[in-house]
Amino acid sequence: MNTRNVRTGAGTVLAMLTLSTAYAEEGYDAPADWPSPMAEHNMAMALFDRLEYAVPDKGHEELVWDFQAWYGGDVNRVYLKSEGENVQGDGEDAEFESLELLYSRLIADFWELQGGIGYQGGVFSDDHAERSYGVVGLQGVVPYGIETDVALRVSDEGDVSASLEGEYDLRLTQRFYLQPRTEIAVAGSEVEEFGVGEGLNSVRVGMRLGYEVTRRFAPYVGGYWEKQYGDTADLARHHGDPTEDSGFVAGVRLMF
Amino acid sequence: MASSRVITHPLSRRQILKGGAALGLGSAAALGLRPSWADPWGQTSVYAKGVEEGPEVSLAIRRESILIDGKKARPFSINGESPGPMIRLKEGQDAVLRVTNLLDEPTSIHWHGLILPPGMDGVPGVSFPGIAPGETFTYRFPVRQNGTYWYHSHSGLQEQLGHAGPLVIDAAEREPFRYDREHVLLLTDWTFEDPMSVFRNLKTAEGYYNFQERTIADFFADVREKGLAATAEMRGMWAKMRMSSRDIADVTGSTYTYLLNGHSPEENWTALFRAGERVRLRVINGSAMSYFDVRIPGLKMTVVAADGQPVQPVPVDEFRIGVAETYDVLVAPEDDTAYTIFAEAMDRSGYARATLAPREGMAAEIPERRKIADRGMEAMGAHDMEGMDHAEMEGVADGDMEGMDHSTMEGMDHSNMQGMSDERSRMNANGMLAAGAAQPGSRYDQAGIGIDPEARRMLVYRDLKAFTPWPDRREPERELELHLTGNMERYMWSFDGKKFSEVSGPIHFNKDERLRLILVNDTMMEHPIHLHGMWMELENGQGELIPRKHTLNVKPGERVSALITADAEGSWAFHCHLLYHMDAGMFRVVKVS
Repeated sequence: MNTRNVRTGAGTVLAMLTLSTAYAEEGYDAPADWPSPMAEHNMAMALFDRLEYAVPDKGHEELVWDFQAWYGGDVNRVYLKSEGENVQGDGEDAEFESLELLYSRLIADFWELQGGIGYQGGVFSDDHAERSYGVVGLQGVVPYGIETDVALRVSDEGDVSASLEGEYDLRLTQRFYLQPRTEIAVAGSEVEEFGVGEGLNSVRVGMRLGYEVTRRFAPYVGGYWEKQYGDTADLARHHGDPTEDSGFVAGVRLMF
Repeated sequence: MASSRVITHPLSRRQILKGGAALGLGSAAALGLRPSWADPWGQTSVYAKGVEEGPEVSLAIRRESILIDGKKARPFSINGESPGPMIRLKEGQDAVLRVTNLLDEPTSIHWHGLILPPGMDGVPGVSFPGIAPGETFTYRFPVRQNGTYWYHSHSGLQEQLGHAGPLVIDAAEREPFRYDREHVLLLTDWTFEDPMSVFRNLKTAEGYYNFQERTIADFFADVREKGLAATAEMRGMWAKMRMSSRDIADVTGSTYTYLLNGHSPEENWTALFRAGERVRLRVINGSAMSYFDVRIPGLKMTVVAADGQPVQPVPVDEFRIGVAETYDVLVAPEDDTAYTIFAEAMDRSGYARATLAPREGMAAEIPERRKIADRGMEAMGAHDMEGMDHAEMEGVADGDMEGMDHSTMEGMDHSNMQGMSDERSRMNANGMLAAGAAQPGSRYDQAGIGIDPEARRMLVYRDLKAFTPWPDRREPERELELHLTGNMERYMWSFDGKKFSEVSGPIHFNKDERLRLILVNDTMMEHPIHLHGMWMELENGQGELIPRKHTLNVKPGERVSALITADAEGSWAFHCHLLYHMDAGMFRVVKVS
């Protein structure tokens, strides 16, 4: 993973955050050494939206995470996002499906435009193929309350891919919620090492039933169904993997 | 001391004797457990402990361990008490208030509602630099008004943790009403959480404290009541906006313990009276975030002052008190029995409670809490409605409005629509509405969300009539319109879409001009808007007798206006008095020059 890029990216983002909190002084009577009457606060938040153990019908059991954290103000933020899994019993270490450092800017009431760099590959090991990429995304809430995250990625080899995630919380009681979610992946070109074919790669839908013990801690159970399409499915068949699978998950949503 | 009080509020010999008996009770307060202005026998001249009598007062600010609702807490204290002692001044005095900061952070005290020189207003960064740790700041100002006010920190989020107290100014001349006894009722919302973490929860997780959200069960209940089409249409509109119609309070009883004079409902603080007495209750909402609906089942209350200013008496069963407002009410309990003083949070997630009783240890029935209301069309804004397709509006009105509380319905049909044609015909020479006329889009005849006006007589802004006309009767020379704006998802709050950190420079008032300030609430929440240094004369349609206030409640979608005489040269804070809204950016500086 390219650490120089990470450092430059982070530096730029921090500089922008500092600028945005400068106190507008025009026309105020207050002497320069008085404090601003209202301080701006930068905040930080970390969320494991999913931290779960998946038991599929056909494939291997795996530990899956879907994590995001941010630091910043109302408009400018730095995000760290990661999704990945550790397939159980394959003798390999965990793998980042994505690990991204993003600059994010609020561009409309419910929408953030995000851009930065990402990495796909093994966590602390060479067990998995690696690549780095640039990413541009849009994260927000569409009317009717579906949380949406769309991202377009261009790898260091020039391969283009895109993903769409949508998630909705349906409140059953003040603490029980039902959460349908979907993920769709597409790619512009075939990348065999990553099992990615051209066109529509995969569709995954899931449903989780959670219970908010607190707003920050919600264990859940659920199920999912996924299917691979086109070249991606061919690649999977070639490796002897199932192209369609479903499974059961149990996990927690954790917020810090 | 005793003699000066006798002049203002003549006490019978019987009362003085009673007050003497209360000295025994005073010993508990002397231990510093509770502010003694919360004395069950009320403010009597023989029971001065804990009341800081002016004109010279010294206040020490500390952070210390005190029990709140029987649990260990670490509030800010003022002279050892939290909320702080009552400060009692007299109209005509020159007040000298020395505030010593014994904290390890800067602090301040703002005298809420007082007309005073700009350097004495106590807002760090606007009036003065603040009070550094270890320092004493001396506030000096002439007291030129009387009534019920309060004081609080204007530094950071300190106010959330008990950095507040009552401020009562006795009138130089006889007030337009009589009473035998008085009690101060200070409402506050206490949290055992760190206020910064409350703020962070609001910023990072929308609806964090709301445990009364709509669920699937509410949907089916509405379908049964109103039919599928109307329910689906209403829910669809809210879902489309990505908002919660149950967003009545940002911070709720899920973290707050609502306190009355520093006591939880279970502790049941008791205010004493003798049957047949007329009792003045000085009700102050010193909360950080909570509106309350106050009533005393079994007693009619007569509102005699609003925000410290006398109004023509209004008999009511209940009144809503916005954050930072004060109301003085008279009650005359005839029977030798206990009454519950019930202050229900606007979102119905909790209540503060005390008992008005002839003896200690009594209690009356505690009323049931009402169910949380859903916000309706009115929250979407008067201006939006004008542009809205009429057929669609009617459709909603037919279906959904039926089940909705009555106040909401009236808002649409009467004040907004009818009001427009009525009021627009009353223009002055400048093409502006005549002074005192209600703005189209105002809903002064409604108390607001969650109130059934049929159930009992509720105070509304329209009821407030000044006792005598305020001195400046000029027509406004110009209008200044400000929109109250926000982004709920991000918990960003602002005026005209810009947070304090984003605006360049103050709002300008010309010295001595007569100005109309129009506030348009584009958000779905109530905002108590407070102007420092000058009165706002609320144009509630009472013409010459419009009342004046320091804090105006602006309901969702509402458009209200106030006349201001810009006679206070200098810089003044102007902000939403919901603490976290202010901190999130709903704050401006007004410069009069």
